[in-house]
Amino acid sequence: MDTIILIMQAATLFIFGTMGEVLSQRSGVLNLGLEGMMVVGSLTGFAAATLSGSPWIGLAAAMIAGGLMSLIHGFIVITLRQSQVVSGMALTIFGLGLTAYVGKHFLMVGAPPRVPTIVSGITPLLFLGLALVPLTWFVIYRTRFGLIVRAVGEDPEAADTAGINVARVRYICVFIGGMMAGLAGAYLSLAYSPMWREGMTAGRGWICIALAFFSMWRPAMVLIGAELFGGLWILQFKLQGMDIPVISSIFTSPYLLMMIPYLATVLIVTLVMSNEKLRKRIGGPAALGVPYERSS
Amino acid sequence: MREEKTIDIDFRQGCKPGDMVLELRNITKRFPGVLANDHINFDVKAGEVHALLGENGAGKTTLMNIIYGLYQPDEGEIYLRGKKVVIRSPLDAIALGIGMVHQRFKLVPSLTVAENIILGLREGGIIGRMKRVVERIEKLSEKYSLQVDPSARIWQLSAGEKQRVEILKMLYRNAQILVLDEPTSILTPAEAEQLSLLLRRMATQEMAVVPFITHKLPEVIATSNRVTVLRRGRVVEEIRTDQTNPRDLARKMVGKSVLFQLKKPEIAPGDPVLEIKNLRALNDKGIMALKGISLTIRESEILGIAGVAGNGQSELAEVIAGLRGVLSGEIIFSGEDITGLSTRRRIEKGIGHIPEEYMIGVVPDFSVADNLVLDKYFEKPFSRRWGLDHKAVERFAEEMIPRYNIRTPSKETPAIHLSGGNLQKLILAREISHHPRLLITNLPTHGLDVGAAEFIQNQLLALKLEKCAILLISEDLDEIMSVSDRIAVFYEGRITGMVPAAEAVKDNLGAWMAGVKL
Repeated sequence: MDTIILIMQAATLFIFGTMGEVLSQRSGVLNLGLEGMMVVGSLTGFAAATLSGSPWIGLAAAMIAGGLMSLIHGFIVITLRQSQVVSGMALTIFGLGLTAYVGKHFLMVGAPPRVPTIVSGITPLLFLGLALVPLTWFVIYRTRFGLIVRAVGEDPEAADTAGINVARVRYICVFIGGMMAGLAGAYLSLAYSPMWREGMTAGRGWICIALAFFSMWRPAMVLIGAELFGGLWILQFKLQGMDIPVISSIFTSPYLLMMIPYLATVLIVTLVMSNEKLRKRIGGPAALGVPYERSS
Repeated sequence: MREEKTIDIDFRQGCKPGDMVLELRNITKRFPGVLANDHINFDVKAGEVHALLGENGAGKTTLMNIIYGLYQPDEGEIYLRGKKVVIRSPLDAIALGIGMVHQRFKLVPSLTVAENIILGLREGGIIGRMKRVVERIEKLSEKYSLQVDPSARIWQLSAGEKQRVEILKMLYRNAQILVLDEPTSILTPAEAEQLSLLLRRMATQEMAVVPFITHKLPEVIATSNRVTVLRRGRVVEEIRTDQTNPRDLARKMVGKSVLFQLKKPEIAPGDPVLEIKNLRALNDKGIMALKGISLTIRESEILGIAGVAGNGQSELAEVIAGLRGVLSGEIIFSGEDITGLSTRRRIEKGIGHIPEEYMIGVVPDFSVADNLVLDKYFEKPFSRRWGLDHKAVERFAEEMIPRYNIRTPSKETPAIHLSGGNLQKLILAREISHHPRLLITNLPTHGLDVGAAEFIQNQLLALKLEKCAILLISEDLDEIMSVSDRIAVFYEGRITGMVPAAEAVKDNLGAWMAGVKL
């Protein structure tokens, strides 16, 4: 039972980050800056909560910070129509560097005010994560906004002709994605492991991006993927704690065990992306990564 | 500048046939290096079909995009029922009752028909009431006999069906002015005829006013009440359709009177160049596209392949060019089995290919000069040891541009800025200058104006003198019948009929195209 809760707690972060990325990608914008926005969210959340004394203010500040950062990406790729890959990578590097520098002041602060738990270590954020799954599904498939987002990600020219402001829709989706990344980061520093440490996101942002592909942009699959990776994350800790004499010490090396989630990421992305038939059938956003410009 | 935003014009009230509905005055639009529209006056009256006729690059599409708010004119005004309007976006156009059916459909493939129709509409926040939408679509399709399944996904539909969805989309938005850009270019002859009838009926019954843009003359005559002819961005003529004829319109469109004259060289076919035996191949979706095709083309012979798009013709062209794998069968070129050879080796052996879409035949961002040597940059004189001889490439371009009458601002201009006809001439220049022994041409004149099409047809005919064998894939029966020596008809991956062009009867070809065995 404890293990299940542990897994779900780890998974909540993946749900936040991935759901935001899914929305962004559904509108046609790949945001590789997730890791950067997430770590900025961690620090902002930590700092705001420590200074104000309220974890909720920390969460809100983190979401705003993540959202603002995503707007940089939005401006570069939507307005200036530059490469989404380059811009996203730059955002990640920027976020990691900025937090390493600014975060120095918060290294020795101690534990922040944490998000209160309801029962035995479960925070309301865990339920928020679970609630996001049907909510996002409803928004994408059952609302006018969702229809517009799908159209913009699939065929921006058709959407433009239908009178939809492609740039605005993409900005909105990217911004929500940024806020979700900020939330994921603050969840880490205010609830999951309440502290601040340089680079504490430890590649979770990248895993979220992989999960977005793995989920094939479907909210239900985001939940499954997040729980799966939450499981792998916990497994890695559990294995480290166990003494398995049969297997040689190389395989129980903590460094190798820590690779498990990342290895799984590589495997899954390779499997999903290399299967052309699968990709066509699941119908990912056809215009993903392509800047939109009116042609003559 | 926002004062003219809301204009409430109800066309149905007090709108008599003949009333002026839309008027464009002195519209001018410039693009870098091009004057696309030069002080154009154009008007549309209720109850009529007003055709806008012109060659590719004459400025038709630009004008239509201005009406639809995709472009802003540099000069000039638009009046809607006498009131001056500014159309800033397609949304404005739709609000004013102007609906546009583009040449390339603007439909999202993964969404359903109903979802595409309501896309961009402001009605309802949540699509819970999809049922009502579907009901309204069904009512509209019944009223105008536009049959289509609202729950089908766009990618499952044929071109004709997609067009009906586009028209429904506009009718759903209460469009009173329907603008159609080259509406018949992707339709079968039967579908085109149906559309023509539909448009006329809509114009008279519902006061829907339909400017109909095309360069297909018989359709203009059959459908419109009035014609405006554009040439190089200017209006050259505005005339009632019943006071003119195709030959007259064509002359005004291209600005010269020599037309419909193909120079057919009298030359007998020689040895076989290409022999295809029992060829089978899949299409992109993994479905059998060629189900045992056998054919032969000889020197100085043009074999025309007729058929409705999607019956295996494009796959055949790709297989011969080496762009698509074969499941079984043989391709023999000059007595040699080339079934397993790469595209590059086939080019070197003398197989030229003019692909289905001109944008595939060029690298859009490369200059005209570079595009002209895409198939021979690795040969002398263009290639020298490690590098390219840019001087030689430029000299070659300077020679080809006037010879093939490619209209381009300069040889350095990126190909993407050229119009369709000029791109096709560029590709033709490149392929012919390589002296092919076999030229595969897939829809070489598709979407081109009369002048450019005739130029290309004459070039193909002239190739016969060089003993070149030509495979001509076309959906235009008139072209097939007047250019080819023999005609093969494709239906569902099989040849349903083969006949010498001199003995071909249009009705029989049409029956074969529909899969009827005679």
